Amino acid sequence: MTTMELNFNIFNLLPETALFLIVLYLFGATVLGAVKNSVTTRAVLSYLPILALATVILTAMSLCSRGIMFWGTYQVDGLSQFFKLLITIGFLVTIINARRQPTLEEGQRLDYFLFLAFSTWGLIFMASTAELVTIYLAMELASYSLYVIIPLRAKSKQAAEGGIKYILFGAAATALSLYGLSWILASQHTTFISELTIKSWSWAVNPMAVAGLSLFLAGLFYKLALFPFHFWAPDAYQGASNETATFVATLPKLGAVAVLVRLSVIFTPGGELTNLIAVLAALSITFGNLCALAQHDLKRMLGFSSVAHAGYILVGLVPGTPAGLAAASFYALAYLTMNLLCFWIISRIASDGRNLTYRDLNGLSQRSPWLALALTIAAISLVGLPPTVGFIGKLWLVTGAWGFGYNWLVIILCLNSAIAIFYYLSLVRHAYTEGEDDPCRGAAPDISIWSSLGAVILALAVVILGVISAPVFDLALAVGRELITLP
Amino acid sequence: MLQETFSYPVLTALIFWPMVAAILLILFKDDEKVRRATFGASLVEIALAWPLLSFQKTPDFQFQELLPWVNSWGLQYYLAVDGLSLMMIWLSILTLPVCILCSWTYIGRRIKEFHICLLLMTTACVGVFSALDLVLFYIFWEVLLIPMYLMIAIWGGDDRRYASIKFFIYTLAGSTLLLIAVTALRIEGETFAIPELMTKDFSFNFQYWVFLAMTIAFAIKVPMFPFHTWLPAAHVQAPSAGSVILAAVLLKMGTYGFLRFCLPLTPAASLHFAPLMIILSLIAILYGGAIALGQSDIKKLVAYSSVAHMGFVTLGIFLFSVRGLEGALMQMLNHGIITGGLFMLIGTVYERSHSREITKNLGLGKNLPAFMFFWGLISLASFGFPGTNGFVGEFLIIIAAFGATTRIGGVDLPLIGLLTAPGAMLAAAYVLKVTLKLAWGQPSSAKNKYWKDLNLREWVYMLLPAVFVIT
Repeated sequence: MTTMELNFNIFNLLPETALFLIVLYLFGATVLGAVKNSVTTRAVLSYLPILALATVILTAMSLCSRGIMFWGTYQVDGLSQFFKLLITIGFLVTIINARRQPTLEEGQRLDYFLFLAFSTWGLIFMASTAELVTIYLAMELASYSLYVIIPLRAKSKQAAEGGIKYILFGAAATALSLYGLSWILASQHTTFISELTIKSWSWAVNPMAVAGLSLFLAGLFYKLALFPFHFWAPDAYQGASNETATFVATLPKLGAVAVLVRLSVIFTPGGELTNLIAVLAALSITFGNLCALAQHDLKRMLGFSSVAHAGYILVGLVPGTPAGLAAASFYALAYLTMNLLCFWIISRIASDGRNLTYRDLNGLSQRSPWLALALTIAAISLVGLPPTVGFIGKLWLVTGAWGFGYNWLVIILCLNSAIAIFYYLSLVRHAYTEGEDDPCRGAAPDISIWSSLGAVILALAVVILGVISAPVFDLALAVGRELITLP
Repeated sequence: MLQETFSYPVLTALIFWPMVAAILLILFKDDEKVRRATFGASLVEIALAWPLLSFQKTPDFQFQELLPWVNSWGLQYYLAVDGLSLMMIWLSILTLPVCILCSWTYIGRRIKEFHICLLLMTTACVGVFSALDLVLFYIFWEVLLIPMYLMIAIWGGDDRRYASIKFFIYTLAGSTLLLIAVTALRIEGETFAIPELMTKDFSFNFQYWVFLAMTIAFAIKVPMFPFHTWLPAAHVQAPSAGSVILAAVLLKMGTYGFLRFCLPLTPAASLHFAPLMIILSLIAILYGGAIALGQSDIKKLVAYSSVAHMGFVTLGIFLFSVRGLEGALMQMLNHGIITGGLFMLIGTVYERSHSREITKNLGLGKNLPAFMFFWGLISLASFGFPGTNGFVGEFLIIIAAFGATTRIGGVDLPLIGLLTAPGAMLAAAYVLKVTLKLAWGQPSSAKNKYWKDLNLREWVYMLLPAVFVIT
């Protein structure tokens, strides 16, 4: 099954190469001393969005590349290219968002973007890895850079706390992962996913392998911030600067989802692992939403909301059908777009880089009608109301998962919208109905044309992907069909 | 087939014109111009609906528009109307200009946003009543919540925060169940198209659960007892226009849902649950009426009377007789007109007295004769006085309740007829009580001498319901 050859083809690696060049570019600038001078730093960084845009274009062009490389460990297929495109688009938006980061010291700017690019590079690898050790390595590459940038917030103890929590949890989760890997290797004698698929994953036949894979999944669940590996998420979001949180909240999850979708070929409805995932998804959804109800800090709220959303994505993996995988991939896209929008608005409102509470939103509709409108769209999309991508994504998840013995999970998912509505609606309530004439607390929101334009473009993306979802969903469905060939 | 005779897709135009108008409204700066432009847009909307007059009186779906949407899941952009939806569409688009007129001075701030909300609501309402694809229906159904929420939350009374959140959470909780039902129907029936689903024969067990899920969603919207508690809060806090749309259109979506989904898609389960639904309707009629009798706030009184009137509608639907159904349809339309009219009148009097308490609005007969004329007329219709439109529907339902001879689930049907009678009497009692005080009560302050009677604008918007009440 696996082609055990090097099989190297640079044209299949266009996104990786492009990002590697960005990393080299930033690294070169750092080494050559551009850090010392703020003028050169700015000059170097001013080309970054253009380079990132070029990467997005290259990735879009290589959407149809196919191939198996590096002795079967690296697979370029529909799934990997789909997620690479999402990751590069997310990278483009996050670096534009982070350009004028107020809480970042001047001397650290280049390093900051260097690490962002490094992490993205690792995530792109994650999307293509087809072998457990490679997955592990790519995951570490993506994580290490994040360990560095989370505490990069000038003079903030909270940032240090968030950073330490992220590292400690990360270390523990990866240790579990590695331990699980050894069990899998011991019991199944291979680490290639394509070979693992045909082995038995029943507790009765091979308990050691099932336990091993469960442990291995811990590392991915940690990246995804799934209950019970979610504890870092709210603290890291709250501690990191708004711009860093934008990255941490969106891209690493895409990498984890890509790997999970690839692994999900192993999960069959009714199997122990699938049951485990279904239960974790249900717990994650409910726990995330209930905790988010009690938050005041917007980023903490979004942290818990991401715990719930991680659960939503897993619902797509449960039925083990192309439609389910497509729904999970599509929901990852939905998650990316609406969170980018939300964090974009938060970063613009907190123009001095402070953490926002709900009360900071009071009177937003008067001060900045466009940001308020975009925030409303983000909120209704996060709840899953039409006509947004959040709704259509949830609809595909629900339709895909119904009728495979996990109807209870679907019902829990739907009922949770009713819980979630309260805290998402609070965003709208504060922006539109409260404190209309209150003076602005803290620094005024950034109401420049660029800030509104960015918000409007992202908001339009949320709506358009919701209304005209067919092209993207068909792409995701093709990905699903590639992975699972139904009889 | 029918489309050839029309030069443009009528339903699409009706749905999206208000949305386009709402976007264009962003360009206007001056408040007065915003009002005029929106009013103009609402008249254009009515003009656009003109081809609908050529509706053939047959039970099949007409003015069909069918486009593929998401092929991989069989989603379609599928619009069409039958008699039921046509009636509701007319009601929705006629409500729009009336709402604009009745908020002309009532809404004093954030005028532009208010009118954008109104227009978006019309889009969603027409969409709900013309969509024949389950997902399309669900989308419009949900989209409606957001402008309605904002309308209560921004322009509402003192307790608007509580009322708006309650409204949203209640209806959304129902909608999530509806989404589950939609999913189940899609998987079991293999299509989202409603006419196609009607031809499928689902197992009773399946129907049982789907009916329950849909019924809770629709019962919250109607609202049926015991899901009615959001309604008085929302009605009292909403601005006049919000209350009018709520009463005239939103509540009808619930009964529309029963007629469009529950009865045709899950007939066996509907029959099975009919006794329960009948009992809940009776409770709504009696309980709503009794509570209305005890209210001192006029708006609350009308809100509870809505619960009772909608109880008649659901009763008519679940009696499973032609007369009951006809009565329910009449009552749906008439309740929209009557209660909408009453809420507009309450709005006009609130603009003068700044209070909705009955005791603060006593003795209006002398100074506001025109107001009292309209109030008297519409409130007569409200308790179903013969000669007004309110009479026909209620009468048909009561006849159906008496006339049905079958026994369903051990419930004796003539008894139902007997039980509705006190409901009708209660209606007369609470309406006449408040009318008596408003017209002839001793004015509580001297100020109301200076209140002006209805002006031209108010005459115009009150004439519309008044004409419908008599005919």
